[in-house]
Amino acid sequence: MRNLTSPLFAAGLAFFLLVVVAEFEPGAAPMVVGQAILQEAPETTGTANIVTAVVLGYRGIDTLGEIAILFTASLVAGLVLERRGGKRQAQAPAGNVLRISTQLLFPLMLVIGFYIILHGHLTPGGGFQGGVILAAAFFLPLLARPGIQVRHFGLAVTEGLAGSAFIVIGLIALFQGGAFLQPLFGTGSPGQLLSAGSLPILYLVLGLKVGAELAGLLAHLVYEGSET
Amino acid sequence: MIWITGLLVVVMLLAALAVIFFNNHVAAVAAASVVSLALSVLFLLLKAPDVAMTEAAVGAGLSSLILALALRRLGLTQTGAASATDEREKNR
Repeated sequence: MRNLTSPLFAAGLAFFLLVVVAEFEPGAAPMVVGQAILQEAPETTGTANIVTAVVLGYRGIDTLGEIAILFTASLVAGLVLERRGGKRQAQAPAGNVLRISTQLLFPLMLVIGFYIILHGHLTPGGGFQGGVILAAAFFLPLLARPGIQVRHFGLAVTEGLAGSAFIVIGLIALFQGGAFLQPLFGTGSPGQLLSAGSLPILYLVLGLKVGAELAGLLAHLVYEGSET
Repeated sequence: MIWITGLLVVVMLLAALAVIFFNNHVAAVAAASVVSLALSVLFLLLKAPDVAMTEAAVGAGLSSLILALALRRLGLTQTGAASATDEREKNR
């Protein structure tokens, strides 16, 4: 039976892919919404990067759902990994190359992470990408000095404050007579650092939340049930 | 352009096959990371730099890091540091 299921699954997948390829004409798809957003986004939201306009301006509630999913995943991972007693894994000390390059790379990665977050409305990138880079930056010292203490309380406070700030900004927009998570504070002139209203604030909050969450998850994976 | 794309696709296919056929778990994780890296370059060529950055940061960096850490927790790594800890645990 099991020998039969995998060819069946593969055949079904190949069939659906062939259907998609037969129906799909690249470039000729009727992208009505896409064209409208491309024309309208720079004036209405003031972002130079249209992707940010879609992610935070037009589809902000989808982004809220994404960070909710990420939050749930990291919460469950933390719960499962926390359960195995308080004993810490014995680790071999890190080599010279790792320790010294960590000291060199840590400030650079912080700067790049915050640059990508704060310029999310101007250049490619944004909260998610910058947040992952921040998490990687804070993970490097854990690799370089295995005995280091992780302050999970600080990470949890950062994450909770950032997550609630995202929702509070959305609620402020709601009570000012707009929709939930509608862009606030006007548009400014597109291309400037201080433009696009509340979208850079939302991206900063998002980046801090993603970074704190992923750093906590990685720290949980490295240490066997480290205390809070 | 078409040659670069073709090369990237071939690299991705070879790395994806390597994930299946490698016996060493760490090497398989590294090969999976190569798939994501080539895919991110492909996204860049298709003029989707946002997606390319996400793929490079999450797919090539973070997910392979998480996989490698999970391998270490499961005791499936064969690198020096981890096997040293395993032996220490056995001797205890």
